[in-house]
Amino acid sequence: MTTPLIELRDVSRRYDDDPPALAEVSLTVAPGEAVAVLGPSGSGKSTLLNLLAGLDRPSAGTVTVAGVRVDELGEAASARYRRASIGMVFQFFNLLDDLTVVDNVVLPAQLAGLARGEARRRAAELLEALGIDRHAHAYPGRLSGGERQRVAVARALMNRPALLLADEPTGALDTASGEDVKDLLGDLHADGQTIVLVTHDVALAQSCATRTIQLVDGRIAADSHVGADR
Amino acid sequence: MSTLGKVVRAGVGRRRVQTVVTGLAAMMAVTASVLGGSLLVASAAPFDHAFAGQHGAHLTAQFDAGRTTTAQLSATAHVAGVAAASGPFPTATISAHSGAGTALPPGVDLPPMTVVGRAGPGGPVDDVTLTAGRWVTGPGEIVSAGIPLGSTLRVLGLPGSPTLTVVGVARSVSSTADGWVTPSEITALTAPGAPRRYQMLYRFAAAGTTAQIAADRAAISAAVPAGALTGAQSWLNVKLGTDRNTALFIPFLIAFGVLGVVMSVLIVGNVVAGAVGVSTRRIGILKAIGFTPAQVVRAYMGQALVPAAVGTVIGVVAGNALAIPVLSTTNQLYGTNTSGVAPQVDVAVIAGALGLTAVTAWAAALRAGRLRTVDALAVGRTPRPGRGQRAARLAARLPLPRPVSLGLAHPFARPARTAAMVAAIVFGATAATFAIGVGASLAQVQAAKNHDNADVIVPTFAPQSGHGRVARNRGPRTPTSADPAAITAAVNAQTGTRAYYGTAETEVSVAGVTGSTTVFAFTGNASWAGYRMISGSWFHGPGQAVVPTTFLTATGTRVGDTVTLEDYGKAVPVRIVGEVFDPHTQTMEVLTDAGTLAAAEPNLHPDTYSIAVKPGTEVRGYIHKLDTALRPLGVSAQSDQFQGNSDVILALDALTAILTLMLVATAGLGVLNAVVLDTRERVHDLGVHKALGMTPRQAVTMVIASVVVIGLTGGATGVPVGAALQATIVPAMGHSAGINMPASVIDVYHPTELVLLGLGGLLIAVLGALLPAGWAARTRTATALRTE
Repeated sequence: MTTPLIELRDVSRRYDDDPPALAEVSLTVAPGEAVAVLGPSGSGKSTLLNLLAGLDRPSAGTVTVAGVRVDELGEAASARYRRASIGMVFQFFNLLDDLTVVDNVVLPAQLAGLARGEARRRAAELLEALGIDRHAHAYPGRLSGGERQRVAVARALMNRPALLLADEPTGALDTASGEDVKDLLGDLHADGQTIVLVTHDVALAQSCATRTIQLVDGRIAADSHVGADR
Repeated sequence: MSTLGKVVRAGVGRRRVQTVVTGLAAMMAVTASVLGGSLLVASAAPFDHAFAGQHGAHLTAQFDAGRTTTAQLSATAHVAGVAAASGPFPTATISAHSGAGTALPPGVDLPPMTVVGRAGPGGPVDDVTLTAGRWVTGPGEIVSAGIPLGSTLRVLGLPGSPTLTVVGVARSVSSTADGWVTPSEITALTAPGAPRRYQMLYRFAAAGTTAQIAADRAAISAAVPAGALTGAQSWLNVKLGTDRNTALFIPFLIAFGVLGVVMSVLIVGNVVAGAVGVSTRRIGILKAIGFTPAQVVRAYMGQALVPAAVGTVIGVVAGNALAIPVLSTTNQLYGTNTSGVAPQVDVAVIAGALGLTAVTAWAAALRAGRLRTVDALAVGRTPRPGRGQRAARLAARLPLPRPVSLGLAHPFARPARTAAMVAAIVFGATAATFAIGVGASLAQVQAAKNHDNADVIVPTFAPQSGHGRVARNRGPRTPTSADPAAITAAVNAQTGTRAYYGTAETEVSVAGVTGSTTVFAFTGNASWAGYRMISGSWFHGPGQAVVPTTFLTATGTRVGDTVTLEDYGKAVPVRIVGEVFDPHTQTMEVLTDAGTLAAAEPNLHPDTYSIAVKPGTEVRGYIHKLDTALRPLGVSAQSDQFQGNSDVILALDALTAILTLMLVATAGLGVLNAVVLDTRERVHDLGVHKALGMTPRQAVTMVIASVVVIGLTGGATGVPVGAALQATIVPAMGHSAGINMPASVIDVYHPTELVLLGLGGLLIAVLGALLPAGWAARTRTATALRTE
């Protein structure tokens, strides 16, 4: 039996006296899976993503990713965990406007202490692979939405993460750019990249993911493999 | 509460850090301004103000009680031209040994003291200010003009050698006495057979010139029996002496006052402008929901004024509290009696701080309020796109850890804010450099004043003048009959003697100059005594002399000229070979080889021998052995190392430390404010960095690195400015006092010291950035990412 890359056991996350954002969620994800987390606003999708990224801690339960108990990490350790194991793609790209495309992409590697030359070589490969190498020295403000999201993906892949987390990656894009990113994520999955994707977009989930998880009020309402539904 | 009020209240409450920083900046600036303003007020004609405040005595007259009566003296109050009079007060001159509590070891001869019997400190003339303790109420008590409270003195030459305890310390701007006792105590303090005297203090209708004072004195003298007026002191002489002393410090304190005020303006302006400027997006939202530009301006003026007003109130209180020790120091320096901050300073500072806050907030809010709403919303809180990109690009190429290179590029995104931060650090570094330089200069002045390189002295006279220290080289002496040859033989025979010289003092006249000139005639090589040369060289033998600036000024001579000294009817030509720095000097003096006066005054013998011991020699043991050898000759050996720094220098050092600390803290606050603004603006980027794996330590590194260039630039600019200020102010201090300063007093900075001071700018910047750096490290990534 394959060791799961992600394992959540009875995870709850509660903010103050509000109803729990996540309630006793248990979940495993195998390496190479592409999981789409679907659900309405407030269903706990982003909370789940934050817990996987080590950006937040559960109120109860355990979160293990790539053998690391993420829920037990301190601030510095969780930063190192993200560097080593996680790539993140955001809805609004979160690129740094005062850095060029290539400087944005190499940033995670530089924070991890990778040698500059090696980091630049890896960035060049990624930019070429994602078809945006001609924009390497441009500033993000000059790129289209789709191009910016490609840069964000390149940055997320810089440290060869075990897990790629994507939060509404097409949410801020026009249709054509959204399709573009959809294809990109599909290609990455095809290459074996484990992906957890949070989205409202059922079509995106069905085209990129092998498995969908439906969250409602912080609980898993459905967990199905895309192929099984088809 | 009105809508506007709610917006103000919400703005003040929501941005707590900003509100606290604005309040703190206002507080520090107001405190510094109150102190600076007080220094400026206190430094404006200090003697004249203090003299007027005490109804100072234009003439302090002394009468022989044997030749006049108290009734006759009282009647002099009605002499034509007398505006007010106090007295008659019985007086006595006492000699005393130091007891417990004085700055000297017990048993040391103190200079003779003029003691006046007064029932109280007040009166129509010379309204003496009690600065510590209480006024005398009975026998055995004295109020002193300089000896610390609680000290005791053993009066010599009286039956039983009575002891006086200092129960109060008082200041007479007119210098009418060294101490005050009850009138009945004067009888007990008058030695049997000694003449009884009275003191009268006068104010005249016309006393602005020496001639007017002379006429007034003549009128008083004519109103009492012939010979009754035995002496008188003009306030013009007291003023001259005091002004010379205070002139030394006025430029220094004015410079500090101006620095404090200017820096306060800079910091408050910067903080308020930054606080309003950072709110452009919020202003856009307010406008979007219907606020007019005028309402926006009013809202942001209110938001700035609330914390500024609180800070101002606290700052005024703190400034007034801190002013007490500061003004106590200026009182000590100036001989004044300022009791607190002048009301006009408080009013001006409060009005200035709030006015500046209002105007700055108005200008910044007006600018933001005039922005099109859509632009204000779009501009938001982030730097204008394009700014700093080149710097970021270049920094990324630097072979440095990425958090460092990221931080290094930050200042270029906000040039105006960066300039304000640099300016704050420039002021801080300038103040610190200036203060340290002036402190070192004053230490040099003190060293030159003491010229005490000797380890041991052998006085051959009864000391008779000088406050609080063993008198030497000053005033008339009563030489002993000790044989100079025997003394020098004993010194030569003593193991451990490295060098020695003797100093004799005599009065001569200088051709063409009115009054007497004091000559210090040195036996042996006195070049190591510790005198600093301004120009020329130390004398090398008979016929050569060095003189202070005051002598050159009074005689209109220069180094290289020859002057003729008249000594016992003989003309002694002396060539001036050097200008010596002697800040102690308020009179004419000439320093020369004893051989110069040998023909005119063959019996002139040293009244003090100054000895330096060989390295490694234990001074106490040396003194003990030499003292044993000298006792049979009727003289003794003493340590020359217990003089220490003067109270004035110590007070000035303390004042410098307070003011420097305040200015440096204000500079740090300026940095803190700017970095808080910057970090807040970049909080979303910070979230991105952390999401990509930036650790808290790397976040701290990035924020600290963002002020490194600023700190170094500020330090590199502030240090030369501070050094230049010191090089300007110190000679100005000397010129004000009528003396030139030697290079050793002005060139006090060691290159290493300058480098460290330059790094001090970096330290200010880093200290100012620590708090926001810590905040950046603690910021939760998810929260930062949600921040727009």
